[in-house]
Amino acid sequence: MKKSPFHFLTYILVIGAYAALQVLQARGELSATMRGMLVPICAYVVMAVSLNLTVGVLGELSLGHAGFMSVGAFLGTSTAIALQDAVPVPGVRLTIALIVAALFAALAGFLIGIPVLRLNGDYLAIVTLAFGEIIKAVFNNLYLGVDSRGVHISLLEDVTNTAKDGRLIIQGPMGIGGIQKISTFTAGFILIMISLIVIFNLVGSRAGRAIMAIRDNHIAAQSVGVNIIKYKMMAFVTSAALAGAAGALFAMNYSTVVANKFDFNTSILILVFVVLGGLGNMLGSIIAAAVLTILPEALRPIAEYRMLLYAVLLILMMLTANHPFVKGFFNRFRQTGQFQLQGDDEEKEAAA
Amino acid sequence: MKKKLLCALLALSMLFVLAACGGAPAENTDASETETSTPAEPSTPDDTAAPDEQAELSGETETNPEPADTPNEPTPAAPVEGAFKLGGTGPLTGGAAIYGNAAKNGAQIAVDEINASDSAVKFDLRYEDDAHDAEKAVNAYNALKDWGMQISLGSVTSKPAEATSAESFADNIFSLTPSASSPATIAGKDNVFQMCFSDPNQGTASAEYIGTQNLGSKIAVIWKSDDVYSKGIRDTFLEEADAQGLEVVSDQTFSDGNATDFSVQLNDAKTKEADLVFLPMYYEPASLILAQASAMGYAPKWFGVDGMDGILTMQGFDASLAEGVMLLTPFNADSSDEATAKFVAEYEKRFGEKPNQFAADGYDCVYAYCQALTAANATPDMDAATINGLMKEQFTTMTFHGLTGTESGLTWDETGAVSKSPKGMVITNGAYVGMD
Repeated sequence: MKKSPFHFLTYILVIGAYAALQVLQARGELSATMRGMLVPICAYVVMAVSLNLTVGVLGELSLGHAGFMSVGAFLGTSTAIALQDAVPVPGVRLTIALIVAALFAALAGFLIGIPVLRLNGDYLAIVTLAFGEIIKAVFNNLYLGVDSRGVHISLLEDVTNTAKDGRLIIQGPMGIGGIQKISTFTAGFILIMISLIVIFNLVGSRAGRAIMAIRDNHIAAQSVGVNIIKYKMMAFVTSAALAGAAGALFAMNYSTVVANKFDFNTSILILVFVVLGGLGNMLGSIIAAAVLTILPEALRPIAEYRMLLYAVLLILMMLTANHPFVKGFFNRFRQTGQFQLQGDDEEKEAAA
Repeated sequence: MKKKLLCALLALSMLFVLAACGGAPAENTDASETETSTPAEPSTPDDTAAPDEQAELSGETETNPEPADTPNEPTPAAPVEGAFKLGGTGPLTGGAAIYGNAAKNGAQIAVDEINASDSAVKFDLRYEDDAHDAEKAVNAYNALKDWGMQISLGSVTSKPAEATSAESFADNIFSLTPSASSPATIAGKDNVFQMCFSDPNQGTASAEYIGTQNLGSKIAVIWKSDDVYSKGIRDTFLEEADAQGLEVVSDQTFSDGNATDFSVQLNDAKTKEADLVFLPMYYEPASLILAQASAMGYAPKWFGVDGMDGILTMQGFDASLAEGVMLLTPFNADSSDEATAKFVAEYEKRFGEKPNQFAADGYDCVYAYCQALTAANATPDMDAATINGLMKEQFTTMTFHGLTGTESGLTWDETGAVSKSPKGMVITNGAYVGMD
């Protein structure tokens, strides 16, 4: 498959936005609010593009994406804390933490994928929702301590007996406290670029075509010999791994993290980014994630009414994006261009 | 070709959105903002043009420089000239909103009183909503920084306070939190102080009370497993209960999702014949527990902590169920003390309800600041870092008399903890009566 210039445009825009923000920051023209939101925006962007891989490209609705973010946040941060003395350079420590977070989230994605990916549609959505809640409950009751004798884990009660020279890192409902803030905007930017490269290459590859074939008609795909479970798993695990890295990036931007942060609402928030940005449209997800993260803060001056207005704006955006006129406008581009990522069945039929 | 056009359009819109929150022309800076200098920011060494950030949000705040207030609240006076910019974050919306609003209202009353008096120190108070979430609290804190906050009231609840206190430590902005009671809030930060006693303190004090006053021999504990506050108190309670030789027969939990039905926990306590049930939690679940226990005919002694404060004024709750409940609280709204009576009357007039300890803590915080700033001869044109240094000195040496705490006044040690001991109260005829 020929690489779409659309992909390059996405890269260029992300790099451009990063460069513009760096220049603004260097000139001191960014407000404290904006500077504080740079890393969370990066994390949410990665969350959105990774969920878009599951929802837009694979075509399965996942309602537990925050669960993988949680796995990454807790295990990635724990790794960073455990390595605090061994690896003094923050950048290296952050990289290791993000990789560990991605690996654990991928493992969680694989384990959850085994039962979940045998289901379809609504059933899959409900089961992923349940798994998201289970992950939250586990981290709410998990105790993890590290000392000279190694790593200690216990559930429900703190019976880890972490020695005085060590540190109880995950403290059940109290989550992790005293995190060194090592996440940086540049790290977030690199993570977004890596996510985009991974997703675009996966989607453009042979495997990617198989994944999209499953989305469009899984019976037809199966009849021509596509291994459904394998390709579904491939998309799901990739998506989980990226979410894990995003979670670690997010958590290490704050001095504290609790499991309740990654609840159902967060999963839905990410899904909103994806739906608003357009299923299968990575650039759309990036823009939606950035806009919807900034919006509540930009609305702060109107105090109590801001969440009300936020909801109204959200509804308006959804309505506008689905308006026949706007849709027709966008479809004109789709038919002329190579928007292979647009997962719109009707349109494919129309084109055929 | 058209596609490129579209993409350029999208790119522009993205840049626009990012830029909208980014830069604003400097001429937007209004007069009061130019007087105050910028908080120092050692955390971002590459930030060379700090004063510009004053202007950042002014484009947005211009139309509405004061935070809008709750509808039932009188609009506060226009920003006082030459006032200290005092900022705080708290849950003004969402599940924990009662605590945030109480602290905010209490602080607002104190600020209005001080500004109306002949005090040399005046305040300009601004509270931002953090919805009891660490991420939003940091955003709220940054918004306050953009506003030009010089001294901070930290955050109202514990987890957000942990996040914002790390920020204010890095930024050298002095912080005095009214009610964030977890030890992690002040740990390792020499400019973060608490107005409330810490969670572990309450657990230990509760167990000591029960032990020394022989209130019960078989103890049941019901606590909220996903709540830092509840967990912190319960852990130290169990430790001290052990030391006091109390027998804890039942240790049951609930969490956010199942905080409506307590029959399992209560039955466990009942079958194990617990004669005292310890409830380290906020008052909404506690009110349900009391009602459900009464319905199943289980009447042990009840012992709560400061989160129980407010149960008597809770709407739809039969206050007679709380008869005989013991609790620890630093503040008694029914006290005959003159200052307290005045505050309670003013609070009831403005907000139509009795103030709880969060409101009293917020009120005390502002007066403590007033006392410290006056004593240090601080002026509003000082920057946040200078005030930070002065406040650290003042708070560790001064004695403050407020609505909460004892006759002898409050003092702070270098860690930022307050010398306030929890007072035991028992609810008798719908009012708190001191236990000793």
